[in-house]
Amino acid sequence: MIAELGHYALVLALATSLLQAALPSIGAFRRDAALMVSGTSAAYATFILVALSFAALTHAHVTSDFSVENVWANSHSAIPHLYKFSGVWGNHEGSMLLWMLILTFFSALVAFFGGNLPATLKAHVLSIQALIATAFALFVLLTSNPFARLVPAPGEGQDLNPVLQDIGLAIHPPLLYLGYVGFSVCFSFAVAALIEGRLDAAWARWVRPWTLAAWSFLTAGIAMGSYWAYYELGWGGWWFWDPVENASFMPWLAGTALLHSALVMEKREALKIWTVLLALMTFSLSLLGTFLVRSGVLTSVHAFATDPRRGIFILVILILFIGGALTLFAIRAARLKAGGLFAPISREGALVFNNLILTTAAATVLTGTLYPLALEALTGDKISVGPPFFNMTFGLLMLPLLFAVPFGPLLAWKRGDVLAAGQRLFAAVAFGLLVGAGVAYAQGGGPVLALLGIALGAYMIGGAATDLVLRSGLGKVPLGTAWRRLSGLPRSSFGTALAHAGVGVTVIGIVAVTAFQSEHILAMTPGQSTEAGGYALRFDGVKAAQGPNYTEERGHFTISRAGIVVADVWSARRLYTARRMPTTEAGILTFGMSQLYVSLGDDQSNGGVVVRIWWKPLILCIWGGTILMMLGGAVSLSDRRLRIGAPSRARKPVRGLPEAAE
Amino acid sequence: MTMSRRARKGMQMAGTMLVALMLGLLTLGPARAVNPDEVLPDPALEARARALSAELRCMVCQNQSIDDSNAELAKDLRLIVRERLARGDTDTAVIDYVVSRYGEFVLLKPRFEGKTLILWGTPILLLVAGGAAMLLAARGRRQSRVAGVPLSAEEEARLDQLLK
Repeated sequence: MIAELGHYALVLALATSLLQAALPSIGAFRRDAALMVSGTSAAYATFILVALSFAALTHAHVTSDFSVENVWANSHSAIPHLYKFSGVWGNHEGSMLLWMLILTFFSALVAFFGGNLPATLKAHVLSIQALIATAFALFVLLTSNPFARLVPAPGEGQDLNPVLQDIGLAIHPPLLYLGYVGFSVCFSFAVAALIEGRLDAAWARWVRPWTLAAWSFLTAGIAMGSYWAYYELGWGGWWFWDPVENASFMPWLAGTALLHSALVMEKREALKIWTVLLALMTFSLSLLGTFLVRSGVLTSVHAFATDPRRGIFILVILILFIGGALTLFAIRAARLKAGGLFAPISREGALVFNNLILTTAAATVLTGTLYPLALEALTGDKISVGPPFFNMTFGLLMLPLLFAVPFGPLLAWKRGDVLAAGQRLFAAVAFGLLVGAGVAYAQGGGPVLALLGIALGAYMIGGAATDLVLRSGLGKVPLGTAWRRLSGLPRSSFGTALAHAGVGVTVIGIVAVTAFQSEHILAMTPGQSTEAGGYALRFDGVKAAQGPNYTEERGHFTISRAGIVVADVWSARRLYTARRMPTTEAGILTFGMSQLYVSLGDDQSNGGVVVRIWWKPLILCIWGGTILMMLGGAVSLSDRRLRIGAPSRARKPVRGLPEAAE
Repeated sequence: MTMSRRARKGMQMAGTMLVALMLGLLTLGPARAVNPDEVLPDPALEARARALSAELRCMVCQNQSIDDSNAELAKDLRLIVRERLARGDTDTAVIDYVVSRYGEFVLLKPRFEGKTLILWGTPILLLVAGGAAMLLAARGRRQSRVAGVPLSAEEEARLDQLLK
């Protein structure tokens, strides 16, 4: 009964979305305030209905109602409660419902916080959001119904895919979706601006918080997925350039570019047309990612051809929205006035450079991901595009950008002085080289490129600090004044510094692991010891253990340094009983930012076990840096000037400032 | 529903595969890649073998190199690579040999040739075109600011009229 109610709520949500798509637009066209306002109520209604539908599916999963096909196929009575819950989105139908939930949640947020948007702009934005929601509601209802029943109801479920039974993967999809569905708001704002033919700094100010929020969530989602892959896959890799990863990485690259170009538009009214195009492209890449992942086209062109219903449905959505938006752009863009002037060497120029590199990188990842598919479809030739291709092209593209990052905030708007900025960065460069030399000393040498890479990361951190030091006048004015200036800085300055330093930290982690990790593959018998990363590991033997829905063989290792035992760790091979599916649970020990990674392999005929041990120096910096980036996003978002719906209150802080400085 | 349990199960499997794919999971399975008995005695040669393995695709896997995969075929390829290296082949010769046996599909970094022109060309083309567009735009802006766009005859006439 509850499942049927959920299904019905989804049908109603389709109806309210249609209303939300039609009424506000008609209202905006006729300048009818009442019709325009109806969009707000419709947005709330759609969100509540989708939430009810989602709750119904959750109920079926949590209570293990195996008469619902989706629950039967993706759950089991013995799995822990958390995974019964996360099983809701651990499957195609449920994850599309989650997609809808987050989309309508963002619409409701726009409806709620958009009180001081111009009425017609708000009406148009809600309409576009509703059009997207309508398309996806149809997709779920027609091709991916999560509420289908099984008669007779089976007594036991088929279990959730064991690799999904993990806390990291329980929260990864919602974070990821909050990110790339969040960009739908930017898309809707861009389309609305094109429809209205009006685009100004205020528009950028409205769009930027949404971009920041979506970007922060997407950063979190990608980082979470990467860390999960690292600890779950069992060989310590953390990024594979897998098409599925690329599908979420492309919107991130475009979104990062959007974040920066919206800044130029907000401050200087320049780059208007480009910013709008970027907003369209970012969400288009999100849609493309959804298509790639959901259609099965990635497994093979043939898998797609055998059951193309879902794939073709999303492809049609893709073509309608991307094609429609770009057509609108082509018609209206010329009418938008280009804005402020600036010299090539200026803050604007630096941000344009950022955009050039990031969009080229996004395009490179896109071509690399789609090329094998396109080539096979067109000529029948099969080629592979894998990590070596992406590492090389992406690495080469990023290098100049990373070097330029600290310059950006130091250049003045309109016309900057790159030499002066370089002089101010002297300390940061020196700091970077010093760190590089320190690592060379500690490691007893090392590849020159790796040392330069570490220096680059340290220089970025130093550069971020330099920006704050210069802004506060530290060292030039009395300490008290500097402190007051520092605390008086807009939060977005701190956000920028945090995020840029975060990139530096990530770079250090990537370079350190790539260049200095050590790998030890050997067959060990109980009692045998080996050494990795300066630690001695003694293998104590394997014992069997039983989990709620799996059996496992756990190997025990004792770790000591200079003869003193410092830690111990279990590393396991698991077999999930319902699906007879094996997984590895690596043993991971953290020492500062570095980790020791122990993975169990096959049994040997002589009673030994294959053991793979990695020493991963500074690996946690990779994700530590992304946490800094997210924090940067959050801090910027809390900036008074950007607080959602706050543009009209922008005068207050100016009045408040002298008081704060006293 | 007339669909048999089995067909249904097949579809469920396909569904699960899709989700797994979405999360990048097909790249997994317990990692039991390089085994101790495969490792070459000479560390320099082994390092070359590992580097080459990372460039070669496991043909039966989803986007995995033979270095990462535990499939039988990947193991065979790893052994072939090591065998050729031990015989004194250069890296290029090993790659050429593997390609001659398995085709270009095996290369994770495709060669630069006619059919990969767009693949390799995209980043370069975009950078050059984008950079040129940036510079042109900057120059255009500067000129229009410094010199101003000269008025057309028509505009001159209108200006005269207005000033009268």
